[in-house]
Amino acid sequence: MAVRFVVAALVTVLFLFPIYWLAIISFKTPDEIFAYPPVWWPEQIQFANYAVLFKDGDAVTVWNSLVIASISTVFAMVIGTMCAYSIARFRTGGNLFSDWLLSNRMIPPIVIVFPVFLLFVELGLVDSFVGLILLYTAFNLPYVVWMMRGYIQDIPLELEESALVDGCTRWQVFVRVVWPMARGGLFATAVFTFVFAWNEFIFALVLTRSEVTTFPVQVTHYFGGQSNFWAKIAAMSVLGTVPIFIAVTLLQRFLVRGISLGAVKG
Amino acid sequence: MAQLSIQGLRKSYGRVEALKGIDLEVDAGEFCVFVGPSGCGKSTLLRSIAGLEEIDAGTIRIGDRVVNDLRPRDRNIAMVFQNYALYPFLTVFENIAFGLRARHRPDAEVRRKVHAAAELLGISDLLQRKPRQLSGGQRQRVAIGRAIVREADVFLFDEPLSNLDAQLRDGMRMEIKRLHQEIGKTMVYVTHDQIEAMTLADRIVLLNQGQIEQQGAPLDLFERPVSRFVAAFLGSPQMNFLPATVAGDAAGPAVRVEPGVVLPLAGARAPLPPAGTAVVLGIRPEHIGRAAGTPRPGQHPVDVAIDLVQPTGSRLYATFTLAGIPVTAELAAHDVQSPGERLTMWFDMTRAIVIEPESGRVIA
Repeated sequence: MAVRFVVAALVTVLFLFPIYWLAIISFKTPDEIFAYPPVWWPEQIQFANYAVLFKDGDAVTVWNSLVIASISTVFAMVIGTMCAYSIARFRTGGNLFSDWLLSNRMIPPIVIVFPVFLLFVELGLVDSFVGLILLYTAFNLPYVVWMMRGYIQDIPLELEESALVDGCTRWQVFVRVVWPMARGGLFATAVFTFVFAWNEFIFALVLTRSEVTTFPVQVTHYFGGQSNFWAKIAAMSVLGTVPIFIAVTLLQRFLVRGISLGAVKG
Repeated sequence: MAQLSIQGLRKSYGRVEALKGIDLEVDAGEFCVFVGPSGCGKSTLLRSIAGLEEIDAGTIRIGDRVVNDLRPRDRNIAMVFQNYALYPFLTVFENIAFGLRARHRPDAEVRRKVHAAAELLGISDLLQRKPRQLSGGQRQRVAIGRAIVREADVFLFDEPLSNLDAQLRDGMRMEIKRLHQEIGKTMVYVTHDQIEAMTLADRIVLLNQGQIEQQGAPLDLFERPVSRFVAAFLGSPQMNFLPATVAGDAAGPAVRVEPGVVLPLAGARAPLPPAGTAVVLGIRPEHIGRAAGTPRPGQHPVDVAIDLVQPTGSRLYATFTLAGIPVTAELAAHDVQSPGERLTMWFDMTRAIVIEPESGRVIA
């Protein structure tokens, strides 16, 4: 029992330390950041590093990320779930369609960055919200379809048939039976979809200039040729972690169930 | 309340023909049971009526409407599923109310009807629970409640009792029969259990390999089966089937089951084929009894040696060998003490049937 506790504690420390270190740097003064031996706890918690982000307008990139990730997640979930329902219940596209869909996910993003860039230039979508939202929606769709197909297949068919007989249209069945039944999986999938869009770097770097810089791209701006702005990097990273942290905390109980559900059903 | 009428219904899954031309009339208010072994097409037939399966040919009429191309929701039917199909995320109340809500009925009406149905089924105190907090029997009641609030033209039951344990099943069977008497709606009920079929039905439709083998009142099928299949399917223990040959004698038609054992057929019958033709003699266990007193007309004595005794408490099943086949007789509880006993049985030849071996048709 005691051994278990010690091991668990050690593992926890190992995993939490980088987060602690990141957060604590963001509250330090420049002197404290570079002090040796390292300062484990700053003398005075100060928010200057954050203040400067808001003053310079850098913090807006978190807002940009939030807008892009949220909207693309909603799109991907709505479209993907309908597509998954169609595949699960009507065998749309036959046996191979969903496998093919998933295979899209195997393309290394770097391979298609350039073609997508040229396409976006042609369509005038470079450095626009619409461009990134469309792109992330498209990228996440295979994942959403694949996951939701599994969850929907787990719903007993009789529940839907019963609703059809009771007076529902297909659409009502989808909204009144399938959505609530697949709720756990829906939230879990949505969180992963959101996190993917939130963290995406390569396309955001190539396809944006100044208007819609996302937060992962903004962080890289603080790595300079001469020096790195560790205080800004830390503060920006904390700002970027908070939305994910909140989302995961709120949806924790669905996440755990959702992940294990997806594990047994492919 | 409406009558249900089906003509020339066909349905295939790929190359497999599930229904090969079904013609059926169910009168308004009738309790009709589809029964048959698994894979006979009974569930497919029910689901076709519900509109959950598309049919390849034929007409389905509910009342005076042809419903072939109507969606399930527009057929005004209600259905109870084998696994109850309750929504786990809704309370019992909302489960029962689901169909009314889907049709946007006013709230007061929903409440009135749900409470009335719950009252009828004795589940009024469960309305605020979730399905997972209920026992199997209670869940089945909720599922039935969801069907009856709908006031549908036709009620469909797809093996509603097969997930319940034996004791509960007997109770629920009685309740379903009572329910039918109270609300008097047209009901179509699918089961593979011949006891359920016999006890519930006004009309039994016995299906075999996608066709109606025989339909009619339960006792009609039981007493006057048209084929070996029907005779074997209904009745427990099963009817005995003995290989025999036609043996006409001076007294009238008879069959020989083994050398020296000739059983004269009694009762009004169609003429038998010529003497020497191979046939199968069918006789139910309850029509073989231990000889006592003077035989009634048509009872014929056969000497047997008992091989096996199975007491059920109220009755006793004794098995003996005749024509190389184990034959079961249903006797009174204390008629036989132990295996090995030799005694005389009376075969009630007024109730025996003669079957043509190739086609399996009953010929006399």
